[in-house]
Amino acid sequence: MPATPQTLDALKARFGELPTSEFRGDTRVVVGKERLLELMEFLRSAGFDLLVDVTCVDYLNYRGATDRFGLVYLLANTITSERLTVRCYVNESGLRVPSLVPLWSGANWLEREVYDMFGVAFDGHPDLRRILLPEEFTAFPLRKDYPLQGRGERHNFPVLLRSQA
Amino acid sequence: MSVVAPPDRPPTSETDYLWTLNFGPQHPATHTTLRLVLKLDGERVVDALPDIGYLHSGFEKIGEHLDYNQYVTVTDRMNYISPMANNVAWHGAVEKLLGIEITPRCKYIRTIIAELSRISDHLLCTGAIGLDVGAFTFFLYAFYQRERIYNIFETLCGARFTNSYTRVGGLMYDITPQVVTQIRDFVRTFPETLDDMERLLNKNRIFIDRTKGVGLLTPEEATNWSATGPVARASGVTRDLRKDEPYLAYGDLDFKVCCARAGDCFARYYVRMAEIRESLRIVQQAVENIPSGPFNVGVDERTTLPSKRDVYQTIEGTITHFELVMWNRGFVVPSEEAYAAIEAPNGELGFYLSGDGSNVAYRARCRPPSFIHFALFPKLIKGHTLSDVVAVLGSLNIIAAELDR
Repeated sequence: MPATPQTLDALKARFGELPTSEFRGDTRVVVGKERLLELMEFLRSAGFDLLVDVTCVDYLNYRGATDRFGLVYLLANTITSERLTVRCYVNESGLRVPSLVPLWSGANWLEREVYDMFGVAFDGHPDLRRILLPEEFTAFPLRKDYPLQGRGERHNFPVLLRSQA
Repeated sequence: MSVVAPPDRPPTSETDYLWTLNFGPQHPATHTTLRLVLKLDGERVVDALPDIGYLHSGFEKIGEHLDYNQYVTVTDRMNYISPMANNVAWHGAVEKLLGIEITPRCKYIRTIIAELSRISDHLLCTGAIGLDVGAFTFFLYAFYQRERIYNIFETLCGARFTNSYTRVGGLMYDITPQVVTQIRDFVRTFPETLDDMERLLNKNRIFIDRTKGVGLLTPEEATNWSATGPVARASGVTRDLRKDEPYLAYGDLDFKVCCARAGDCFARYYVRMAEIRESLRIVQQAVENIPSGPFNVGVDERTTLPSKRDVYQTIEGTITHFELVMWNRGFVVPSEEAYAAIEAPNGELGFYLSGDGSNVAYRARCRPPSFIHFALFPKLIKGHTLSDVVAVLGSLNIIAAELDR
């Protein structure tokens, strides 16, 4: 269910004119990373109690894109089934956004995965480590400049001998 | 993929008497490839550090290189216990992005297969809990019924395990009277086995002692930790996408949302058993009311692949097929982003798709319920004994292929 006019009005009253769009029933709001935490706190108290997902899109070479990364936060209200997508754009110069773990514990692993795959750091995250990839991995494979095929980090791991194991 | 203690839990002199136990990555009771590093005080679990990523195969990266029809084969391998539900979720999201309205017949068939895969998934999950806490008979009963569902899927689409049954705008094949007969037969005879299964465990003293009060989760915590599906419903969160945001044919069908209040392992088992019954009701209603008409959207929409017979025997079929599968032709995709989710057996399974006008998704994010539920594990197990690890793990139904993707 798209966000209700009441929610959007409340957002407008508090945060001014945020870029809002709708596509096939999904309402999307774009916010700068300076006000991200404030907006999320506001939305959480406004009834969006479920953080459905945190993900990221790398807009390198995307037609018409002006920013490199777009963080996507999907929120839902478990009572009214209202949904809202919050997007926040970041660039290589400042790949840091505030962490949402203080608001939703579920953000912990979701943010770790975004960090693991895209290298976006989350300020205030209690445990920001790689989650799916090994510690030795140096690249961020879901970035668009990381190739699908070819020689890469997997060939650079130190060889572990049986006597050392 | 690391077992370094997180900064908020450094080892100190007060804790160095604790025992460290490696659980997995290859352990019969994890059922899949995942690793836990447990800190034990005697038999009590003081801390648990999950270590995942052993099965990471870059599914989301592959999603940026396979087209919307090809990627369905990869979704089969995410939650391989209920691949049909993943197929339905994937193409539901693709069709939302592309703006395709599927036919009523297709909606009903997809509802039936999604519910059959829910039964199959819940049978495995409850069967595995039973197996891990010592109820072997229950597990065998569950697996025999799973085989029957596999038989139905085999008759329907030729594959038992990795079905890849859906296509953009429709399905691979139409449902046949033979499948309908098989489903009717299953719906008629399965409740008897289900009664037997419930009699085996619902009042079983050993099973109740092992699962009641273990791994408690309150409704506030469940929502705060992003839990969905049976895990959240066992804690009293009433959210069920089938009711709250009716998709496919769920709006026309009569069924109940199964919830419990306790939030322990037994409640999670119980909710799943109750959901099996509701799913049977849904399948029964849907299979008797499949609308007639085409199962694919029309050729004018230029989205569904023609049947193999048309491709090989008619020039129109050959051209349509060519136009859809060649890399420089294919679908008309908006440069937009959309998120669509279904109530998969494990919880909300959604895909966040970003289209860039080409044949392949620019970004294909999967919202994996197993990943989100496994984050709950250290919280649920703390303070319980080592033998409760398998009960909690089983009740969360962690499928490592979906966990790591």
